[in-house]
Amino acid sequence: MIIATLCGMGFGTSMLLKLTIDEILKQEEIIGYKVVPWDLGSFKGQNADIVVAPTDMESHLKNTSAKVILVKNLVDKAEIREKILAAINSLEE
Amino acid sequence: MTSMSTQVQLRLKDALNEQTIKAKVTVASWEQAVEAAGMVMVQANLVEPRYIDAMKKTLRDLGPYSVIAPGIAMPHARPEDGVIQTGFSLVTLEKPVAFGSAENDPVDILLAFSASDKDRHITALKEISVFLSDDDLVKKVRSANSNDQLLDAIQDFEINNTE
Repeated sequence: MIIATLCGMGFGTSMLLKLTIDEILKQEEIIGYKVVPWDLGSFKGQNADIVVAPTDMESHLKNTSAKVILVKNLVDKAEIREKILAAINSLEE
Repeated sequence: MTSMSTQVQLRLKDALNEQTIKAKVTVASWEQAVEAAGMVMVQANLVEPRYIDAMKKTLRDLGPYSVIAPGIAMPHARPEDGVIQTGFSLVTLEKPVAFGSAENDPVDILLAFSASDKDRHITALKEISVFLSDDDLVKKVRSANSNDQLLDAIQDFEINNTE
C-alpha cells in the first residue's frame, strides 16, 4: 500500500508529513505501507491508496481515487495520527 | 532519491544562530514577511537574492499550504532558484500578517529554508517538527523580544532534545 504525502515541490511540507507518518506507523507497528512524498506534478501521473495533504491544497485533490486525508496542523501529531489510523482501518476492512 | 546516510545532514542547532534569526520584525504584508526571512538568508550566504522572489512566487502559484500550523509559515523554493547552501532562517513578526491560509492565519513565525538538494535538510526538518509541536517552546519563540531571547528559546529546545 502506498501513502502519498503531497505538496507543491515534494521536499518541504510533504517531507514533514512523511516524517511524522513514518514515526506513527513505526510506533503503531503497522507494516506494509510505504510513505512517499510527492510534488503536484508526479501526483498527476500516479496512484496511491491514501493521499495526505495540507487542508489548503484541497482544490488540487478533486480527481483522485485515493482516500484523501486533509491535515490542518502539520505538526500536530495527534491530528495526523487519528486521521491516518482511521484511513488505514477503513482500507483494511 | 539518494539515501539519507550518504549525505551529511544539517542539524537545527547549526542552522539557527545569530546570523539566521531575527526577532519582532515589523512588516505590513505576507510578501514583506517573506522578504524579511529571505534577506536574513541572503545575508547569511544561504541563497542568492532571486530566491526571495521564488519563495513569493511559490506561495502565489501553489497556495498558502506552507503555513503549516497556526501562525507558522515555512516558505521555501527549489534548489535551482538560487540556493547556495542548505539552511534555515527563523524570523518572528511584531504583528501577525495574513497569508491567505484558511486554517492557520495570521502568521507571526516564519521558518524559511533553502535546500541544496532533496535530502540534506531532512534531519533539521524532523527537528523542526518536534520543536513546533512543543507549545511552550512555540510560546517562548513567539514572545521573544530580542534575538538573544529567541536564541535562548532555541537553546532550550536543544537541551531537551540532545540525542
